Amino acid sequence: MAYFLTELREGLVISIRAIRANKMRSVLTTLGIIIGIVSVTLMATAIEGVNRAFEKSAEAFGTDVLYIQKFPWVSNDDWSTIRNRRMLEVSYAARIERQSMFAAAVAPVVATGRRVTYGDNSMEGGFISGTTSQYLATAGVSLGDGRFFTAEESNGGRPVCVVGATVVENLFPRGDPIGKTIRVSGFPYTIIGTLEKQGGIFGQFTADTRVFVPLNSFQNQFGGRRDVTIQVKVADLKQLDDAKLELEGIMRTIRGLTPGKANDFNINQQEILTQTFAPISLVIASIGLFITGLSLFVGGIGIMNIMFVSVTERTREIGIRKAIGAKRRTILMQFLSEAAVLCLLGGLIGLAIAFPLSLIVDQFLPTAMPLSVVFISIGISLVVGLISGFLPAYRAAKMDPVEALRYE
Amino acid sequence: MENIIELKNIVKTYDMGGAEQVLALQGVSVNIGKNEYVAIMGPSGSGKSTLMNIIGCLDTPTSGQYLFNGINVSEMNDNELAKIRNKEIGFVFQTFNLLARSDSLHNVELPLIYAGVPSAERRRRATETLQHVQLGDRIHHKPNELSGGQRQRVAVARALVTKPSIILADEPTGNLDSKTGEEIMMLFQELHDQGNTIILVTHEPDIAEHAHRTIRLRDGHIESDEPVTKRRTYTAAKAS
Ligand SMILES: Nc1ncnc2c1ncn2[C@@H]1O[C@H](COP(=O)(O)OP(=O)(O)O)[C@@H](O)[C@H]1O
Ligand SMILES: [Mg+2]
Repeated sequence: MAYFLTELREGLVISIRAIRANKMRSVLTTLGIIIGIVSVTLMATAIEGVNRAFEKSAEAFGTDVLYIQKFPWVSNDDWSTIRNRRMLEVSYAARIERQSMFAAAVAPVVATGRRVTYGDNSMEGGFISGTTSQYLATAGVSLGDGRFFTAEESNGGRPVCVVGATVVENLFPRGDPIGKTIRVSGFPYTIIGTLEKQGGIFGQFTADTRVFVPLNSFQNQFGGRRDVTIQVKVADLKQLDDAKLELEGIMRTIRGLTPGKANDFNINQQEILTQTFAPISLVIASIGLFITGLSLFVGGIGIMNIMFVSVTERTREIGIRKAIGAKRRTILMQFLSEAAVLCLLGGLIGLAIAFPLSLIVDQFLPTAMPLSVVFISIGISLVVGLISGFLPAYRAAKMDPVEALRYE
Repeated sequence: MENIIELKNIVKTYDMGGAEQVLALQGVSVNIGKNEYVAIMGPSGSGKSTLMNIIGCLDTPTSGQYLFNGINVSEMNDNELAKIRNKEIGFVFQTFNLLARSDSLHNVELPLIYAGVPSAERRRRATETLQHVQLGDRIHHKPNELSGGQRQRVAVARALVTKPSIILADEPTGNLDSKTGEEIMMLFQELHDQGNTIILVTHEPDIAEHAHRTIRLRDGHIESDEPVTKRRTYTAAKAS
C-alpha cells in the first residue's frame, strides 16, 4: 500500500512536470474537455431549471386540491365522446361542501379573458375569475398585501377584487395598488388585496395575470352561463384517494347518472401533471445530456490522441525507467495519472467557466448549478481521463525495454 | 569462487519477418564470479550488447539457461525481472540515458523510488552516492548543464545507489574523449577495489586492459576467454 502511494505520488509529480513542460499543448488538449464540461454542466443546470420551473408551476395547483371539471387535463380519450358534456354549475359547490366529509374548503371558479385598465395603463391577456371567499384556501397561492374578500363581500357581489402579481406590475409600475379602483371591461373594482408572484410555465393557469372578483358580481357583469371549475381542498393529503371516490359519488348523484353510465366530468389533480411531465422531462434530459456528452467524448478522444503522442515521444524515457526497475504497473500508473491530471485540469477550468455562465441561465430559469453537478463533472473528467488514458498507458507499460532504449 | 552469473548455451535470435532470422547469440556459455572485472570485446554486431542485455535482465534468451545468483532468471516474468534489474543490477549505457528534465539528484533517486525507499532516506543515499562520484556540487544540475564525463558519473551513481550485485557497462566511454573516458575507468577501478563485480563492453583495447579477464565475441560465439596479462591499473595508468 505504501509502495502504491509512493508510486502514485511519483506518477503525479512526473505528470505535472510533463504537463508544465508542454503548457501550450496541454491547454489545447484540455480544450475539448473544457468545452465538454462546460456544455454538460450548463445543460444539467438548464434541465434542473426546467424541472424546477415545472415543479413550481405544478405546486400552484396544490398537491391536496382536487379540480372537478368538465374536461380532463390530460386525456387519451376520443375528444368527440367528451366534447358534448354538460357544463358544471356553481350550485354544485354548495352541495359538495354540505355532503363531503373529506373537503376542507370548496370554491367554484369561473373565468373569462378581459381587458383590465387603470388610468392610462392597461393589460392585455388578463383573466378575470369569479369565485368565493374560500378560494384562497383551495389554491396554491398566497396573499401578498391586503386581504381576500370575505363571505359577505362574496355573497353580496361587492365590486372588490384581489389581483395577481403581473396585474400589479402592469397597472401599477410605481406600486401601492391597494385601495385603487381598476376597470375590467369598464366595470370598476376596488383592489383590496394582492397575491404573491407564482411564476411558472403554465401561462394562462397562473394566478399572476388574474383579477379575482366575487362570484355574484362576476355573474352580474360578465354573464352567468359559464363552465365552472370546482376546487376542493382535501383536509388530509393521505385521504386524497378516498376524497376522490367520495366526490365522484357526490358528483354522479348531482349529475343524475344511473349506474353503468360513464362519468360526464373529471376530477383532476396535480399528480396528473407531474406524471405527464416526468417522462417528457426524462427524455429532454437524456437527449440533452447525450448531445452535450458527445462533446465530452470528443474531448476524451483528444486526450487519448495526445497521450499516444506523449508515449511515443517518451519511448526512450520509458526504456530508461524500465531498465532501472520500473514495473509495468508503475509505467501504466504514470501515464494514467498524466491523462487523469490533464482531464481534471480541463474539468476544473470548465467548471470555472461554466459557473458564471450558469448565473446567466439563472436569469431565465429558476435554477442554480446544483452542487451535485460540480462533483459529478469532476468525477466525469477523472473517469474520462482514466478511460482515454488507458490504451496509451497500456502501450507504454508493455513496451520492451531494449526496444524502447534503442528508439531514436 | 562463487558464481554470480552462469550462462549455459544461451541463444538469441531475432525474427526479421518471413524465414529470415538474425542469430545474435549462438550458444554462449560463461560463468562470472563475485568481484570479477570482465571486459567483453568484439567487433560491431558480434552480439556484445545482446549478451549484456540478457545478463542485465533487460532481455530474455530465445533458449538456454541463465542463473543469476543461483536463481533461474530465464523463467521469470516481466515484474520479477524488473525487480532484479532494480535491486541487483546497475546499468551504465554508452549514451548515459539520463532523464533530461530531471536533475542529478532525481536521476539517482529514481531506482530507489522504484524500490519503495522512503523519500528522506532516498535523498540521503542519492546525495551520498553523488558525492562518492565527485558530483556533490552538481546535485541540482540537469543533464544538459553537465559535461559528458559528469553525465556518465551521474549514470554510474544511479547504477550504484541501490548497491547492486553487479555493474554492467555497455561501452561507457564510447561517447567520451579519451581523458574523461580514463576518469570513468578510474572510477570503475575504484568500485572494483571496493568489492563490486563489473562487466564492461568495449571495443577499445586500452579500455579493456583495465579489466582482469577478457571475453571476445565473434558472430555470436565466444572466440576467446582469457585473463588480462598486461593489466593497466589506476596507479599504473597514473605512472605511465
Ligand atoms: N532488436 C533487434 N532486431 C534485429 N536484430 C537485432 C536486434 N538487436 C540486435 N540485432 C542484431 O544482432 C546482432 C548483434 O547485435 P548487438 O548485440 O547490438 O551487437 P554489438 O553490441 O556487438 O555491436 C547484430 O547483427 C544486430 O543487427
Ligand atoms: Mg553494442
